[in-house]
Amino acid sequence: MATDAMAPITSASTPKIKSELLQQRVRAARWFLVPMLIALAIVAGWPLMRSIWFSFTDATLNDLYGAEWVGFGNYLRWQVLESGTVRYRGVLADPDWWNAVWNTVRFAFWSVLWETVLGMIVALVLNAEFRGRGIVRAAILIPWAIPTIVSARMWGWMLNDQFGIINDLGMKLGLLAAPVAWTASADTAMTAVLIVDIWKTTPFMALLILAGLQMIPKDIYEAAEIDGVHPVKQFFKITLPLVRPALMVAIIFRVLDALRIFDLIYVLTPNSRSTKTMSVLAQENLFQFNNFAEGSTQSTLLFLLIAIFTILYIWLGKVNFEGGDR
Amino acid sequence: MKLKTLLVSMMASVTLVAGAAQAAELSIVSGDTGNGLAFLRSQLDRFEAETGHTVTVVPMPSSTTDQFGQYRLWLAAGNTDIDVYQTDVIWAPQLADQFLDLTEAAADVVDQHFPSIIESQTVDGKLVALPAFTDAPALYYRKDLLEKYGKEVPTTWSELEATAKEIMDAERAAGNSEMWGFVFQGNAYEGLTCDALEWVVSNGGGQIVEPDGTISINNEQAAAAIDRAAGWVGTIAPEGVLGYMEEESRGVWQLGNAVFHRNWPYAYSLGNGDDSAVKGLFDVAPLPMGDGEGARSAATLGGWNVAVSKYSQDPEAAIELAKFLASADVQKERALSQSNLPTIEALYDDADIAAAQPIIPNWKEIFQNAVPRPSAPTKTDYNEVSSLFWSAVHDTLSGNGSAAENLEILEADLQDLKGDAW
Repeated sequence: MATDAMAPITSASTPKIKSELLQQRVRAARWFLVPMLIALAIVAGWPLMRSIWFSFTDATLNDLYGAEWVGFGNYLRWQVLESGTVRYRGVLADPDWWNAVWNTVRFAFWSVLWETVLGMIVALVLNAEFRGRGIVRAAILIPWAIPTIVSARMWGWMLNDQFGIINDLGMKLGLLAAPVAWTASADTAMTAVLIVDIWKTTPFMALLILAGLQMIPKDIYEAAEIDGVHPVKQFFKITLPLVRPALMVAIIFRVLDALRIFDLIYVLTPNSRSTKTMSVLAQENLFQFNNFAEGSTQSTLLFLLIAIFTILYIWLGKVNFEGGDR
Repeated sequence: MKLKTLLVSMMASVTLVAGAAQAAELSIVSGDTGNGLAFLRSQLDRFEAETGHTVTVVPMPSSTTDQFGQYRLWLAAGNTDIDVYQTDVIWAPQLADQFLDLTEAAADVVDQHFPSIIESQTVDGKLVALPAFTDAPALYYRKDLLEKYGKEVPTTWSELEATAKEIMDAERAAGNSEMWGFVFQGNAYEGLTCDALEWVVSNGGGQIVEPDGTISINNEQAAAAIDRAAGWVGTIAPEGVLGYMEEESRGVWQLGNAVFHRNWPYAYSLGNGDDSAVKGLFDVAPLPMGDGEGARSAATLGGWNVAVSKYSQDPEAAIELAKFLASADVQKERALSQSNLPTIEALYDDADIAAAQPIIPNWKEIFQNAVPRPSAPTKTDYNEVSSLFWSAVHDTLSGNGSAAENLEILEADLQDLKGDAW
């Protein structure tokens, strides 16, 4: 209802004279938005502000309310030693933090890349007409529907070196010479995490891309067919440009999700340096160690990073969240 | 008349509510492994029958690191849903502020327990938790395999290495391709701190941080001990041991695929269960010692306690439950069915326990070699100290730098963390 009422106002072609009825609708729409804004302020705004505030204090979990202001000390502070050497401390000077940033970026890049490519292929297949398409479409969503904790545990056992089915299959098919300890070894831990994430999230990508594909009118393809355009060229000249807006939105959802990845890694490889992401590191400092303030600092930096990325992406990619203009 | 009836019925309902308040609804968390949850439930059923209270068990992940994070969060938020917490022996100094002082409530029973354990749960004169059972790991060995190859139970790590290798190779040649020599807990978590502390102490390499607060870990004997362990990975132990916690290593052991196994007492009764491939085929011994100066057998002191949240809405009933779970009665049941070690000295001479779990009197010897983790000197920083330590060890085990290099960095990190004082 609310969006219906808003539509005429956002459109540029509205006559300048706003009718009484229209103004009334706008007011009503605002009232409809109020509960949602209040809910957002309580569940998202307040905790966010509080985390940011804690990052400027020396808070610990044993004494949250007695925290004192320390300025930017948790971010970066330095002391000049007697010899004249400057010693930097704080999160921004912490190699563990930069390692986590690098892990997160690496994870986000590879997972989103693979999910986009595979999701596109799956969507193209599902867009074709064949018998039992409805069932296949429903079935492909199953990995996405399973809670991450459950799928991470499940894969944890499947990837186990002694009892895991992956090693068993690999050995029987002759692909592996010896069982691989996927999640334990530093070389394969990231690959293991990526495999599980790609398995889980490709259906989500496929679904969003499929929605975009179905908006493309069939007659364009018919015209291309008559002109004798090669299918590959059809894909790059027709499908890709037309599905781009949907694809851009799907990618941004996935990147935001990937940048704050926590659950999968926390369950699968919680303490491995080679997969520790920003969220996992922040959680560790917040709740495991006595470093609540430092953990808040890391959360705040993660928030800033995601915010900057989103703004850049929308600005550079000219993503149109309102739809319509293609 | 009508008003009177109403008043009377209101009075009656007030009395009913007051009566119901005496039968409290309590919640207890438990991260028990194996069949520990079922055991806890059976004991709680007894408690419910005796007192009329009802107790809900909130199951938690088996990793103590995960449990701690969750508990700390709940306690910091003043969560009133959980009344009784089961706490690891190392948590007392870190969570002391959030638990009730049990000194008075437990004054009548405190003398029955080992004084060292009560001491570990006392922070600044406050008794934070009551001990439910104590824990000290042992070396599990396959007596059938040692007999078959005419080997003695190893008393040093080098003997263990040699025996494990020989039996493993021979068994593999005989067609058992899944056989391994030794499994332990090599995942990067609190369990690795326990395992590695044993290697270091047994080699005369100190206790990471000494009771007076000095950081002692960067020494040759400690480095040698950890390097030796790194040599096991991929030779006598599977590569996957770097991802094993207690249950994964017990999985390999209990399928009959390991000659030696390092684990806590709970694995004893499970290993003798009907579904176990090693039932009746194994025994336990103190963990081997190293060969450096001051080498001795060492076992990390573990153990679980029950603490009452200061946010509990019914502290009296909660204390009653804590005392029940720490009582001689429940500890005896625990020893009989779970092979958990009692913290009450008298139970080591109990005839029933000696008959049902003959290893428990034997465990007294292992218990005498127990080494505490440095949770007392490092106070609220213990978790971070432990994490730095296990990371350094895990790096070494994964071939990421030598022990000497990693321990030097560890020492510097610990020094930073310590600052002027812990």
